[in-house]
Amino acid sequence: MYQYNEIDQKIVDERVEQFRDQTRRFLAGELGEAEFRALRLMNGLYIQRHAPMLRIAIPYGLLSSEQLRMLGFITRKYDKSYGHFSTRQNLQLNWPKLEDVPDILAHLAKVEMHAIQTSGNCIRNTTSDHLAGVNPDELEDPRPYCEIIRQWSSFHPEFSYLPRKFKIAVSGAEKNDRAATLVHDIGIYLVKNPQGEIGFKILAGGGLGRTPYIAQTVREFLPKKHLLSYLEAILRVYNQHGRRDNIYKARIKILVNALGIEKFREMVDAEWEHIRDSALQLDENQLQHFREFFTPHAYDKNAADDSSFSTQIQADKNFAAWTKHNTVEHKIAGYRSVYISLKAPGIAPGDMTDEQMEAVADLADQYSFSQIRVTHDQNLILADVKQGDLHALYQALGKLGLATANIGTLNDMICCPGLDFCSLANAGSIGIAKQINEKFDNLDYLYDLGEIKLKMSGCINACGHHHVGHIGILGVDKKGEEFYQFQLGGSAAEDASLAKIIGPAVAKEDVANTLEKIIDVYTDKREGDERFIDTYRRIGMQPFKEAVYA
Amino acid sequence: MTKHIIKDRQIIEDHWLYTGGEEEQAIPSDEDLDIIVSFDQWQNEREKLLNRNGKLGVCIGNGVSIDDIKDELGNFDLIAILFTAFKDGRGYSYARLLRERHGFKKEIRAIGNVLRDQLFYMERCGFDAFDLEHGNNMENALAAFKDFSVRYQPAADDAATISG
Ligand code: SF4
Repeated sequence: MYQYNEIDQKIVDERVEQFRDQTRRFLAGELGEAEFRALRLMNGLYIQRHAPMLRIAIPYGLLSSEQLRMLGFITRKYDKSYGHFSTRQNLQLNWPKLEDVPDILAHLAKVEMHAIQTSGNCIRNTTSDHLAGVNPDELEDPRPYCEIIRQWSSFHPEFSYLPRKFKIAVSGAEKNDRAATLVHDIGIYLVKNPQGEIGFKILAGGGLGRTPYIAQTVREFLPKKHLLSYLEAILRVYNQHGRRDNIYKARIKILVNALGIEKFREMVDAEWEHIRDSALQLDENQLQHFREFFTPHAYDKNAADDSSFSTQIQADKNFAAWTKHNTVEHKIAGYRSVYISLKAPGIAPGDMTDEQMEAVADLADQYSFSQIRVTHDQNLILADVKQGDLHALYQALGKLGLATANIGTLNDMICCPGLDFCSLANAGSIGIAKQINEKFDNLDYLYDLGEIKLKMSGCINACGHHHVGHIGILGVDKKGEEFYQFQLGGSAAEDASLAKIIGPAVAKEDVANTLEKIIDVYTDKREGDERFIDTYRRIGMQPFKEAVYA
Repeated sequence: MTKHIIKDRQIIEDHWLYTGGEEEQAIPSDEDLDIIVSFDQWQNEREKLLNRNGKLGVCIGNGVSIDDIKDELGNFDLIAILFTAFKDGRGYSYARLLRERHGFKKEIRAIGNVLRDQLFYMERCGFDAFDLEHGNNMENALAAFKDFSVRYQPAADDAATISG
């Protein structure tokens, strides 16, 4: 994983001091509310319903055990002993005190972490595939390029006051896109051209929120050395021409769609012509420098020889189910990647306690090269576990309440903080998650339903990505009461599509029942082991509509 | 009352008269004064402005883009970029384009809602003069240029690209 050099360390240390001074000036009345707001946002600090919310960056979702331990320590010392993993591979603290934030940042800096640009109208934390480097699909590990983008975009002097927030995702292949690449302001796929060279396909203008769009292709193939100059060209066009008069029309998706992709591409290419051969060009040594941080671990060549794994699978039916649902194939034989479910019944999706963080850090040291990943679905991953260690790991996770075998099922829903924490929310989402968990509590039934991506947002800002859920739920406000609108047919994968609204919103107490009606239509109509999304695509909205509003 | 600005990281007395900028006012009859005019004034009174003795600056921003003046830069001794709100970041691109693409070597001045915490970025983009918004302590603001001692990307200064 990437290790800070002197420059990286200096930048985060100097940032801590800068923010400490800004906070001091604000508290002393020297810095106005509006000015401080923009500055604290660029450091991930929101003022929420109950208290400030601090969003800590986890670049492309990768953590060392030391870092996770520090996060545990911080939640205990400065918060209520838990943190919330978001859909953007970050960690959010819901109860820090404003005056403590500089100290929290100083602790983070000690383990090469920060909260830089985790909010505000700037380039946000670059996200990636949570199985980068270990999955069989990718052409190349995308993380070196994420790190390059992280550095280039950090404190970018020209692009820190953009019309609106800006999110970039990189995926190692188009196939099995786990990074929701197509719903980002810029989405990047590693691709191979007809000459067999690997480079980037660049897409722009995707995004969720009030007006969701799927990204469109700006460039089919970009040689690697031009990555930064091309991104800079896109950002420069956006910075000058993106709308600033209306916050709801300020994202790049609106610009791309207003201009049309051809015109947008023409403007980007015209800008790029000027800068493609500038100092932004990456030479092979630089690329190699970053790739070296992500070389494969020293895997055990004999890992596949272990026979205890198959014996335990036979002997322990729960372990077998957990293995089936919470682990996936690794590109090295004898290894698997393990999902740690943060969706135990009764727990707010994505929440983790300080003790769980510390214990998982220890397990990562013991079983998975001291690294942990955060997924887009608010779970964690130990990516490199030997099959012979799986049973012991399973038991250890079970004791921590982290072995619920529900990954990819209806209960593995993603969910924003909603009314419980977010000042913008129309409706609660955590309580609804609980209601659904209680209704669908039979794991065998959930397994039978197969992969269903359920995503829920507490308001139109769509932090829970409801537009790209196979089933999406959106909290709406009707005359001061919480209502829930259902949407069907979304996907954030390479076959990205936006969900469509099924009909009028339902009352709070009817959410789980409505979901059940939708699921019943699916089980009734599905052919073979067709996934929910495929059945929906085949039969359309009508049957679902009829069942829900019968 | 003499007015002060920050120029090249120093507090200096400013002698330029703004006839454009946040508010427009008539072009003074004193032909020796150095003035910063609005883009409209430049367009409407070009001949008169070019025949004065004093130096000439023009103000862009707030709807006037770099494209509007890029072919006429030779007429100006100063370009002021107006920030009507500090959050409107278009001016950062304009400054970089002026310096890096169009080779403008004279003063680029930030005016309007210009605050201490933006100075570091502005300077990196090519601004060398800062007319801080009223009420900002200039002495304190000078520290902002040293907020960071290292940089991650090339801009209008000579920083190298990412560390690798
Ligand atoms: S979707 Fe709305 S309610 Fe949920 S976190 Fe985002 S802004 Fe808050």
